[in-house]
Amino acid sequence: MTNTAATRDGYGQALLELAVNPRVVVLEADLGKSTKSLHFRKEHPERTVSCGIGEQNMLLVGAGLAASGYIPFASTFAIFTERAFEQMRNGIARPNLAVHVCGSHGGTHTGTDGSSAQSIEDLAIYRTLPNVIVMHPSDIVSTKVLTMQLAESNSPSYTRTARNKTPVLYEGREDEIKIGKGVVLKEGHDVAIVACGVMVSQALDAAEALAAKGVSAAVVDMHTLKPLDGALIDRLVSTCGALVTAEDHNVIGGLGGAVAEHVTANVYAPLERVGVQDRFGESGQADEMLDVMQISSPYIVDAAMRAIARKA
Amino acid sequence: MNNIAELQEIARKCRVHIVNMVHRAQAGHPGGSLSEIDLLVGLYKTALRIRPEQPDWDDRDRFVLSKGHASPGMYAILAEMGFISVEDLSSYRVLGGVCQGHVDMKWCPGVDFSAGSLGMGLSFGMGSAIAGRLSKSERQVYVMLGDGEIQEGSVWEAAMAAAHHELGNLNVILDRNRIQNDDFCEAQMRMFDIPAKWKAFGWNVKEIDGHNMEEVVGGLNFLKTTTNGPSILIAHTVKGQGVSFMADNPAFHGAAPNDEQYAQAMAELGEAIA
Repeated sequence: MTNTAATRDGYGQALLELAVNPRVVVLEADLGKSTKSLHFRKEHPERTVSCGIGEQNMLLVGAGLAASGYIPFASTFAIFTERAFEQMRNGIARPNLAVHVCGSHGGTHTGTDGSSAQSIEDLAIYRTLPNVIVMHPSDIVSTKVLTMQLAESNSPSYTRTARNKTPVLYEGREDEIKIGKGVVLKEGHDVAIVACGVMVSQALDAAEALAAKGVSAAVVDMHTLKPLDGALIDRLVSTCGALVTAEDHNVIGGLGGAVAEHVTANVYAPLERVGVQDRFGESGQADEMLDVMQISSPYIVDAAMRAIARKA
Repeated sequence: MNNIAELQEIARKCRVHIVNMVHRAQAGHPGGSLSEIDLLVGLYKTALRIRPEQPDWDDRDRFVLSKGHASPGMYAILAEMGFISVEDLSSYRVLGGVCQGHVDMKWCPGVDFSAGSLGMGLSFGMGSAIAGRLSKSERQVYVMLGDGEIQEGSVWEAAMAAAHHELGNLNVILDRNRIQNDDFCEAQMRMFDIPAKWKAFGWNVKEIDGHNMEEVVGGLNFLKTTTNGPSILIAHTVKGQGVSFMADNPAFHGAAPNDEQYAQAMAELGEAIA
């Protein structure tokens, strides 16, 4: 039985470990219990700033702290960070202030709260901002490692975490995780599945199903959407000749968009994008939502077969 | 300590710089620059702990021009203080220039925050004030807001949060010039009792005539010495103050004078032109 855990807990654990650095400050917008910054608050209330239910203010309080030498980590639900998009654009990305924004409860996987809480566009909008690192880790271990690496970064960032549990993939493999570097979880030569976040474990399931059909699929955890690991994409194109992207996000502008932009400007390979088909979700359990949105592992298998069929 | 007459003369010079910049660029925002300039001169000359020769000194007081489009006023005082040169003022709105259209911390020494989008500066100032508190520093943070700007809802998120956190080192100067882009504020969005609003949000409030230099200096001292929570100085000003045809005229919120108007403005400001 695979261990499971929620990536948002990895964020909470990272903040606690980062607390040894007195420059680390945590900002909350009344969702610390949900995003898991509450553990930091409990241990370090003097370095935790409640911004109330005010996301626009929170992000720029972070900018002010960053400009004065502090390392602010601000979290709320992914969907609510979007309310402060222009603050992120004009007050953080433009002056290149290293404010680290974490949007938890991202994607349709967040489940029964329904479409108002299911951000399917966050990765896309932040990816359009110069200077901003955009990440969507797949498991609790990588979320913790990547969050801790952010504290050493001089760039602003947006990291999406998930509410619900996903398989733990990186226990004992912490050294393989680096911002901006995709991780090849499984080698293959017929097709490469490039996934992020909650879809990485779905991609691994799909690769097993494909193996049963005699298809060799590589699986990559592309936890960093920006800067995209283009060198890895190029290698996958040359070894596999066909690509599938898999994300719990609109097919417009997210991981699929990023990979499509890369392959059309570099070495080309047919690409099938598994993701939310430009529509809003509804209330449902996490696993049900992946099926309803047609992004669970069987849909990745179908996409892989289509990508292979399109090879020249 | 500067005496009042000296401050007034610096403000006159700054007004000349403002009109020069906007005339040269044939674009920009003279009205709000002329309304704020007496406040900026008082602030830079009597209140701010800063080092023009070391603009990024860690423990400097912070100043955020949240109404970042009124940049000619800020560039003028930065030049008079020596952060930039008077020649640099010619770069206003020119490609590659330190004087970007809206004040920008990446381009201009002495600018603490890249503004230009209204409603952002007070939140940034709040973060700067928390940083000062965490660093156990005595430094003060000053944020200048426009009166039209406080129609942005995010201003009130910040106002509520700053009072909640009892940030006695956070200070606002409100340039109450009664005019915004399209028209008088009263026509665009009535704001009713502005001092009562800030009081209700938990702020210390003082009102002054923003063109009376003695009141400006006294008001700034009120901000610095009031430490039981955030404070706001509501400065009643005239948009376009100092140039008769710009004064109280919504047309000069964001418009440049033509050559004839320029000559008249310079004459009114007591400045000979070549």
